[in-house]
Amino acid sequence: MSEILDYVLLLFLAATAIGIVRLRGLIAVVMLSGIYSLLAASLFIVLDAPDVALTEAAVGAGAATVLMLGTVALTTREEKPVRFRPVPFLVVVVTGLILIYGTFSLPPFGAEDTPAQVHVAPVYLAEAYERTGVPNIVTAVLASYRSFDTLGEVVVILSAGVGVIMLLAGRRRGQGEKAE
Amino acid sequence: MTDDVVLRVITKQLIPFILLFALYVQFHGDFGPGGGFQAGVLFGAGFMLYGMVFGVTTVERIFPDGAFRIGIAAGVLLYSAVGIAGVLLPGHFLDYNVLAADPIEGQHIGIMVIEFGVGVTVAAVMIATFYAFARPKA
Repeated sequence: MSEILDYVLLLFLAATAIGIVRLRGLIAVVMLSGIYSLLAASLFIVLDAPDVALTEAAVGAGAATVLMLGTVALTTREEKPVRFRPVPFLVVVVTGLILIYGTFSLPPFGAEDTPAQVHVAPVYLAEAYERTGVPNIVTAVLASYRSFDTLGEVVVILSAGVGVIMLLAGRRRGQGEKAE
Repeated sequence: MTDDVVLRVITKQLIPFILLFALYVQFHGDFGPGGGFQAGVLFGAGFMLYGMVFGVTTVERIFPDGAFRIGIAAGVLLYSAVGIAGVLLPGHFLDYNVLAADPIEGQHIGIMVIEFGVGVTVAAVMIATFYAFARPKA
């Protein structure tokens, strides 16, 4: 039953992705990318990853959609028509086929004996609660075991935010000078 | 900004619940799904919704842009301060066990504070970015 749900959601994901590529109206593209994130979030829920699903729904479907709408408002509502180019198309198709071929040597879906399941995960599951007193092991790993990584992530968000603010502040000043 | 009465009324009703849910996700992250990242984005989303319906200038009157620029740095500094507190106490960088007499208690304090730092930075980046995008052109 759950597998059928996976396939349906993946099918919708693929359909949305094709829609995003085909459409020229950028407002519709932004809406579709929001739907894409919501579908991905549903997929994460089905895969029992509520922490990731919450992030995907809030960032992908919520905040990113608003920011992309802001970008569309600052630029243009219509994508320029693109000429069909055979060489880039060929490169994309071949790369895609190689990647699909690569998935054949991945362990089967949900297998128990993969490195991801047998390396550090059992240690976390066994001792995380005892050592941190935090029932949600995702939080224990993120905030305690891997807190150095999380600090790095926060610094990445800081630099991304500062970068965007500086870029857009420059834009406004430039336009103001032009108006004078 | 919109003049639609339904949107304006519903948004006003929803904002407290969105912000409350963000705080719940922030401080309940130890027990359920969630944490600083998710809470920060939700908190920012509340402000974005308000800004989209009532105009960015209205939100900026309550929370000026400068406050969020300070918040962006404050969250990271709070996070790093917990790390340095671990070194001074004396232990290792980001070692929470030394923050309190009981290691588990120390872990609790450490996780709570760094998650709060993450939440502050993420929310501030979200809102400051939204301001930068949506502010009417000068």
